Amino acid sequence: MELLLPVTVVGAVGLFFGVGLAIASKMLHVFVDPKISRILEALPGVNCGACGYPGCSAFAKAVAVGKAAAAGCTPGGEKTVANIADIMGISVSANEPMVAVIHCQGGKAEAKERAIYDGITDCHAAKLIGNGPKICPDGCLGRGSCAKACLFGAIKINENEIAVIDNEKCCGCGKCVPVCPRNIISLIPQVHKVYLACANRDKGAGVKKYCSVGCTACTLCVKATPSGAITMADNLPVLDYTKDEIFIVAHAKCPPKCFIDLAKMRPKANIDTKCTGCGECAKACPMKNVITGEPNERHVIDKGKCIGCGNCLNVCAVKAIVLWGGLGYDSVEKQKRQRHGATG
Amino acid sequence: MESITSIIQISIAAVLIQNFVLARFLGLCPFFGVSKKLSSATGMGMAVVFVMTVASMITWWIDTALLMALNVEYLRTIVFILVIASLVQLLEMIMQKITPALYESLGIFLPLITTNCAILGVAILNAGVNNFTGNPFTFVESTINGIASGIGFTLALVLMAGLRERLELADVPKSLDGLPIAFITAGLMALAFLGFSGLSFFAG
Repeated sequence: MELLLPVTVVGAVGLFFGVGLAIASKMLHVFVDPKISRILEALPGVNCGACGYPGCSAFAKAVAVGKAAAAGCTPGGEKTVANIADIMGISVSANEPMVAVIHCQGGKAEAKERAIYDGITDCHAAKLIGNGPKICPDGCLGRGSCAKACLFGAIKINENEIAVIDNEKCCGCGKCVPVCPRNIISLIPQVHKVYLACANRDKGAGVKKYCSVGCTACTLCVKATPSGAITMADNLPVLDYTKDEIFIVAHAKCPPKCFIDLAKMRPKANIDTKCTGCGECAKACPMKNVITGEPNERHVIDKGKCIGCGNCLNVCAVKAIVLWGGLGYDSVEKQKRQRHGATG
Repeated sequence: MESITSIIQISIAAVLIQNFVLARFLGLCPFFGVSKKLSSATGMGMAVVFVMTVASMITWWIDTALLMALNVEYLRTIVFILVIASLVQLLEMIMQKITPALYESLGIFLPLITTNCAILGVAILNAGVNNFTGNPFTFVESTINGIASGIGFTLALVLMAGLRERLELADVPKSLDGLPIAFITAGLMALAFLGFSGLSFFAG
């Protein structure tokens, strides 16, 4: 009997609430669109807010009722968008994949500072004191406000006290863009690999005094780009990514090396035995002393210097020039492969 | 008049002197888990006040009408866990049905407090012998204690969230960054709240 009473009491309470909850869940059932949970499953679930909604579930709800575009999820990329379109029964094309870039590469070693900043590690705070410790009015402050904003861990502040974006981790959500107090982060299409890593609008002579990698507004890049995709505005080149241009010549020609090429390796041109030695390729080559050779003899390309722009391909009358893939004939890469083969 | 005085006493004691987080060390999980942002801390606090009040009321009835009547007070803990867990589930359903707006703002916090020790704590403390009257609380006193304890929890949570929002920007040594510095801050806050124990209303 002593055991029976507590067992009955707990059992009765449990049964009462169990049955109560079961009835309540039937009576108080709220219809939730099953599409919402399916869309939510398809989303990356990082709650980055790049879509403009506070988190993935809010975005899923908005898509399900047709308020948000299915292509709104940038981090998810093509696959997510295709999945959502599938669930919604509509067809959409994904937005062009973007990647964030920082328009500055002047770290501690390159850009001079006029003061030592020892305040709290935040770019906004650093900017409040006399527009930041750097002399350059547009340089990266290197206090990591963008790195804190990045939900994917793609931005790091390196030893040189400058923010660096890992373009493989970056999914182009654009969270870091409005965070930067200098306004020097922007999104570029992922297929484009070259961008300008400077945002300084000073005249050349001034920039040289405080930064070794700052744009001096020399306009060499504009001259090196006959397609007209680079224009000067306010002492700074502007790259037009909508034009058919890879900007690789501008990257190679820039005296202070302001352009950064995200491609790991560029292809190299090679002239084969069909060459008649007409010399047209040497004229078309934007670089000096890369294509050499006596007239009417097979010309040679210096592969260490070739930038892979491809200008020589079109001018060769006998089609003797081909571009080799960047990795295929690289000696270091070749050695590595052999080593892997040896160890199994 | 006597009852009004005791209500004021209970409220001040529950909010400041016997603050749930900083003096009784109950509900520490949400105290650290949801104190990163001021807005979510306020939402969580509101949800706790709501659930604590309702739980105090319901468990008082269960305690008096069932457990005390059948002379099985030792079942309090297990029955209260059962009651509170079901109660929160029920509240969630009712809120979703009747006030979707309230559900949107508090809904995500409700599952977090289903089996929270602070909620169970307030129910058990209400039923136990207290320092004011030497007897278990009456229904009104239990309800007041529930509300006030919830407010005390919210106060601690909001203060902590405010501090942690500032700590985010502070130049904290790397080994202490994040949760460790939050623990130290909580310890210092608890020390400061110890000062309220001078405000003694206790009988006798």
